[in-house]
Amino acid sequence: MTFAPGTFTPAPGRGRLGRMLFVHARTEAMLTLRNGEQILLTVLIPLALLVALSLMTVIPLPAPRVGSAAARIFALAIISSAFTGQAIALGFDRRYGVLKRLAASAMPRWLLVAGRVSGALAVVVVQLVILGVTALVLGWRLPLSGLPWLLVLSVLGTLSFGALGVLLGGSLRAEIVLALANIVWFLLLMVGGVALTMPVGFVDLLPSAALAKAMEAAVVHGTAPGLGPVLVLIGWGVAAGVLATRTTKLT
Amino acid sequence: MGLPPPPLALGLPSVSPNSQPLAVEVSGLVKRYGSKTAVDGLDLVQERGTVLALLGPNGAGKTSTVEICEGFRGYDAGSVRVLGLPAGSPALRPRIGVMPQGGGGYPGVRADEMLNLVASCAANPLDVGWLLDVLGLGGVLRTPYKRLSGGQQQRLSLACALVGRPELVFLDEPTAGMDPQARRLVWDLVEALKSDGVTVLLTTHLMDEAEALADHVVIIDQGQVVASGSPVELTTHGPDDQQLRFRARAGLDTSLLTAALPEGLRVREASRGTYLVEGLIDPQVVSTVTAWCAQQGVLAEELHVAKRSLEDVFLELTGRELRS
Repeated sequence: MTFAPGTFTPAPGRGRLGRMLFVHARTEAMLTLRNGEQILLTVLIPLALLVALSLMTVIPLPAPRVGSAAARIFALAIISSAFTGQAIALGFDRRYGVLKRLAASAMPRWLLVAGRVSGALAVVVVQLVILGVTALVLGWRLPLSGLPWLLVLSVLGTLSFGALGVLLGGSLRAEIVLALANIVWFLLLMVGGVALTMPVGFVDLLPSAALAKAMEAAVVHGTAPGLGPVLVLIGWGVAAGVLATRTTKLT
Repeated sequence: MGLPPPPLALGLPSVSPNSQPLAVEVSGLVKRYGSKTAVDGLDLVQERGTVLALLGPNGAGKTSTVEICEGFRGYDAGSVRVLGLPAGSPALRPRIGVMPQGGGGYPGVRADEMLNLVASCAANPLDVGWLLDVLGLGGVLRTPYKRLSGGQQQRLSLACALVGRPELVFLDEPTAGMDPQARRLVWDLVEALKSDGVTVLLTTHLMDEAEALADHVVIIDQGQVVASGSPVELTTHGPDDQQLRFRARAGLDTSLLTAALPEGLRVREASRGTYLVEGLIDPQVVSTVTAWCAQQGVLAEELHVAKRSLEDVFLELTGRELRS
């Protein structure tokens, strides 16, 4: 094959940051939304649990039942995509050399993280729209005063659990990440204060219980979450983020 | 070893004659992994606009060296400058193109999505659709990365290295896993890059690749440079460095032939049934050899006069035994 002279004449330079961030976030979000296992984890299982918790009265939930279920499932959805989904995706992306590929481009390191976070936030929006509409159909009444808090908590939850996901997915082998991320998800759901209110005090110090509790204030009562749960979320997020910057490997 | 010294010895100023910094300048590079020394005092100099092939057996330290130049690995001693800047400088990123050894796509990503993403990082990228077509990926645009063949993944990786129109590209075993057509395409691309003024540093263990593409070949083994020069310099010691090779019955007594040939020519049975006459081969030598064969009552088959191949040089320097 022959090429016209000048085809490859060097013209290096960094692309526009805004476009880089947009394309990166879009790619990340599309990959998640196209992946069957991710859809199962982030949309279908939370959807099934939302319906089950709303309708099956054998599981004890405070009234109003659908509102309480929605708050817990919103928290679970964020944990599913920001923590478990992100950790697994990162584990395999490292295996496939994606991080190295992108680190070799002109993309700044902070944008490598920002792109993933923005992609995860886009996925959370899709999840919450699907789950929120379903909850409304089931009889949930969102107090409008809670909507800003719902948005703030979604972002905060995504960031905190995203940092935890990166901490897990960025340091261990892909198969181990896959196993651990799923086990931790299940444990947080069952005994981490998400599906069931746990009577033990230390559970309130888990980010899962904190997010579920804060969501309950916003989604059921339309009030600001207490300072406690917010501080717990921020604490876990910052600790995981600081640790992850030391442990995350490109491959 | 009898090979010519490297054309640029250590200690020369780090500026090429046209006062632009050199493309790559490595001196005294040492890289250890635990107790194993992968790169052991390596020196390397590459002028801009040239193609340099880093040739060596598996485990010679090629990838370590390239990844250090790319800024992906730290090192234990020495200095590494790329386009006049210390390796790993963020300012280098937009100016270099990198094709790592294997990998480089999200498991589920499509070729055009991946290349678009990398292209979005560049100010003046090549046309993504055109580049995918050139690399023969137009037909697999909907296929997720993990289901592409090894050769297709390699071609996408090459596209990612080139799409930002870099000044310098690092290609780590660019043709590994490719079929002959794709290999030929990569060779054409490297030629085109060079004629457009792009500097190319590639690693390979394929002699014909190095011989066909490189202006300068650096043979490394056990982390050290064992020879360096143009392919011609490496394969010729001088005008009398030729071989006459032929096949005949094994075990012939070559002492009579040695006696019949002019002084300075060496005769040996290189492997069972393959005879080698080394030195200045002229028509008289060929005639003497065939006459001797006639005396022995054997037919000289596959009689062939040639200079040494790069493969001969390589095996001579790095040994013939298989590496683990």
